[in-house]
Parts: sequence; C-alpha cells; structure tokens
Amino acid sequence: MAQVFAYLNHKNGVLEDAAMELINAAKAISSEPATAIVCGSGIDAVATAAAAIFPKVIKVDNAALDYPNAEVVRKALVNVIPAGSVVLFAHNTFSMDCAPGLSVKLNASFVADIVGIDGVDGSTLKVVRQEFGGVVSTHVGVDMSAGAVVAVRPGTFAPDESKAAGGAVTAADAGDLSAKRKFIEIVAPEAGDVDITKADILVSIGRGIEDEENIQLAMDLKEAIGNAAEVSCSRPIVDAKWLEASRQVGTSGCTVKPKVYMACGISGSFQHLGGIKGGLLIAINKNPNAPIFQVANVGIVANIVEFLPALTEKIEEMK
Amino acid sequence: MEILVCVKRVPDSAENEIVMNSAGNDIERDDLVYSVNEWDNYAVEEAIQIVEKVGGTVTVVTVGDADADEILRREMAMGAEKGLLLQDDAFEGSDCKGIATALKGAVEKGKYDLIFTGAQADEGAGAVGGMLAAMLDLPYASLVNKIELGDGKLTIGREIEGGNREMNEISMPCVLSIQTGINEPRYVGIRGIRKVSGVEIPVMSAGDLGVDAGSVGAAGAKVKKIDYFVPEKGEGAEMLEGSTEEIIDKLIEILKANGGL
Repeated sequence: MAQVFAYLNHKNGVLEDAAMELINAAKAISSEPATAIVCGSGIDAVATAAAAIFPKVIKVDNAALDYPNAEVVRKALVNVIPAGSVVLFAHNTFSMDCAPGLSVKLNASFVADIVGIDGVDGSTLKVVRQEFGGVVSTHVGVDMSAGAVVAVRPGTFAPDESKAAGGAVTAADAGDLSAKRKFIEIVAPEAGDVDITKADILVSIGRGIEDEENIQLAMDLKEAIGNAAEVSCSRPIVDAKWLEASRQVGTSGCTVKPKVYMACGISGSFQHLGGIKGGLLIAINKNPNAPIFQVANVGIVANIVEFLPALTEKIEEMK
Repeated sequence: MEILVCVKRVPDSAENEIVMNSAGNDIERDDLVYSVNEWDNYAVEEAIQIVEKVGGTVTVVTVGDADADEILRREMAMGAEKGLLLQDDAFEGSDCKGIATALKGAVEKGKYDLIFTGAQADEGAGAVGGMLAAMLDLPYASLVNKIELGDGKLTIGREIEGGNREMNEISMPCVLSIQTGINEPRYVGIRGIRKVSGVEIPVMSAGDLGVDAGSVGAAGAKVKKIDYFVPEKGEGAEMLEGSTEEIIDKLIEILKANGGL
C-alpha cells in the first residue's frame, strides 16, 4: 500500500485549516498512518500543530524556505519523499505552482482539484472532479503504481478537529535548494473607493450582465436600496475592466459576510463561492441549471438585464 | 525575444449548454461550439505586447487535429507570426503529461526565451505549464498577472489568495502560465482572420518531435477519465416562481425579513 504524505500550507506561524481535511483525505486512500510535511524557516510551532493532526510529521527547516517559493519547496519535497508515494496538497495557488512539476520530478501521476475520493482499486485511485463550472462531474482513474500527486479542493473532506493524533516530529535535511526563481515580496491589493466587506447587502454581478453599460442596472438597484447596499462582482467583470478589482468577491478577491448576497448572473464557481462566508444567498440566473442554485438559499430563474430594473422600480415605488 | 504560446481548442462555455448524452456516460458532444481557451488569449496578447516592445517572434502551438487549425489562425490574426500544429493519432487520449511531453518535443525543436500557457483550460487542471517546465528543467511560475522585462530575467507578479500579488524574479528561458486580467486581449475581426488564411502552418508528428508514441496518448496516460455524471444535488435553493411581479413581491418580503431592506 502506498505511503501517503500531505504537504501543509502555513502562514505567519499558523497552520492552515486545510490540514484537518487532508488527514481525512489521506485516510480515504490508505489505512497506513499518513505523514505531514511542513517546510519553512523556524517552524517548530507549525510542526507541533501538525503533529496534533497527523501521526507523523517531517519538518524541513531551512532559511531558504522562509517563503514557500514553489521551485524551492519542490526541490525539498523531491529530496524528502520516497518514490512511489502519494502526495496530497490542498488545491490552491501554491499547489497550482508546485504540484504539477513535482509529479514530473517524482515520476508520479498528477490530478488537480479533486472533489471526492471514490475508493482504491488495486493501484488505481478513483477520484471525482468537476468540469464546465460544476455542471457535470467526472470519475477519473489515477494510476498510483509509481506514486501520485493529488490536489484536493478545500471543503471536500470534513475537517478532523479532534487534534489528538499525538504525532512525532522528525527533522529532514532539505538538500540543495538553489533556484532560478527568487521571491521578492507580497504586494497587497490597492484599496478601492468602496469597501464591499462593510456592506449589509451586496448586489453582485457576473457574466450575465452581458454588457458594460448594463452595470448601471446594478448601480441603480443599489441606489434604490440605499446606504446599506454596495455593488460587487465576480472575476470576469474585473477581467473585462468593467469594475475595479476591489469589488471582486472570491478566493482571489474579497471575502464578504453581508446579511444578503444577491448573486446576479453569477454561475457559482467554487472560487467565487469561497469568498462568501455567510448571509442569505439569493441567486438570480437565466440558466435553471446554473450550479449556484444548488448552494443558494433563494433562487430566481430570470434574465438579470430585465429583472434588475423591474426590482429597482418596485423598490422605488415603495418609498 | 522568441516566445512560444501553447494554446488549446476547447468547448466554448459561453456558447454551449452542457447536457448529458442519452447513454449517461458522457456529455453530448455533437453540437458543441468550440473556440480558443479563454486564458490563452491573454497569454497570446501578452506575448504580442512584449514582441511589440522589444522585437522578436510569437509562435502559437497546439496539440490537436485538423480542426485546431482555426484556433491557431485566430491567434495568428491577433498578431502571432507563426503557427505550429502537433498532430498525430498517437497523441489522442493524452493526459496532461502526454500533452506536456508533445509540447516539450516542440520546444526542443526551436529556440525560445519564453514559453507561455494559459493558467488553465476547460478541464481546470492548470497542469501542463508546470509539467512542461519540469520536463525541460526550466523555472516556472503560475497564475502570472504582471510581467516586467529585465536583462536576461523577468520580474513577474503571481495572483495569490485575497487579491495579493506575489512578486518574483525569474531567469530566462522560463515557462509562465498566464492568468486572465493581465491585459485586454485585442479584438479579432473577420478581416484579420482572412489575412492569415493563406499562411502555411507546419504540422509535426510524434516522430518529427522525437517523442516516443508509447509515452503519449491513451497508451501513456496514467490519469484517465472513466465517465461523466450529473452530481447529486443538495437541498438546493427555494425557487421563487410566478409572474415577474409575483416573484418581485416575494423577493422584497424576503429582503425585508433578512435585513436587506
């Protein structure tokens, strides 16, 4: 049975919550005790936190790993992980940077962004992935005979919050960590004119708004609702430069927790939903099969270009 | 600056309604409308802008069949000077590693300072660029949304969580996966496409590329799609139905009850 490793992300000395999900992902693959790997510089506290979740922890402590530069981390992992292993990552911007290349260097199979594990059949791992924005799913067979690198979408597995693993930490030597890519700095996003995280009601628009001039329809609704409301959006609207980046909700934008989130013409990718942390989710979309209806509290099948002005008019009438 | 941009022909998510076929094991593919992967347009635009600044050539490459010709020409109409089609029955059924293996062959037949891919394509793996870089032993950065040219190196920004940007210095040659939003891809009109309709696009087979046919395609794939299915729906939303007026009345009640009005 393959040995399972889990690479754990941490920031500012704190282990990311995904670690508690990865231990359960590891258990779905193998009954053998899983090993966590933490890389960094001065990471004793992180390793101790990992040992509460994983039975075994490998700590790679090296000044060159002070920032998790994917190229440097990959070298460390190639030095530490034996051939034929299964390596788990949380699917995020780091795994996208590091994991595909790692699979080449380990000569292992690679599968990204899985949303389920459907069992192990001999040396084949059967996983579930989504395509077309979650409209359809696929079963995928991953040959683990020479090992596998697997990136698991956060939220796929329930977190194991017991923290009773009582694991042992061992230190490993990173080996040569020279790299052709050098980390410089993190640049925080520019503050915009509006702070969507403060709004009670978000009128959030996506591709369904169709045209730049239709942005005004959302602005009009916001005006009608009043001061508690603000207009936010999904990624394609910012990519098209129709609204500023500070209005973007999602894992690559803002995390919001309004009282009411009105998703207008937003299909509901997991990256977008990852930025909504509470409140009543109302989805308005002309496609009755839009994945957003599976997670919304209230759904309306309508073309927002027609529906938003009608709603605005009604609210104005009530004043 | 010699830049190779790897592109892919994919079902156009804006033009298709994805439904299951009658057998229930795949999506209905008969009437799918295809276009170039959205991310790839940003990668091609970025490459063209660099060449416009410092000179050089942009080449677009894809692994596909004769149908892929149209997406290469679309990107050439944007301003890529050359196209290259990697076509062989042996490539059929490739997983990400198989595609990266074919592309590696193409990279080694040329001499490129920069190799771009889109940050992801229709299957959402975002894997080919990272694999290609590792196979070539070149440095790699994913989700790139800013590029500044330097002397033999680049300063690049990567999109990471929370709207933050991770700045890196990376030596050339290198492989970068380009994120949407890095630029505004130029419009391509019918006239532009007509202009490149006569340009010859070389076709290279696995043999031409020096790629072992057993290492690509279904034969070499270690990651295989078994079937498609519609995921079981959760509880789902409470759907408001009726005339637009009725729906709006119900919605306003809900907004009031939840502190939204």
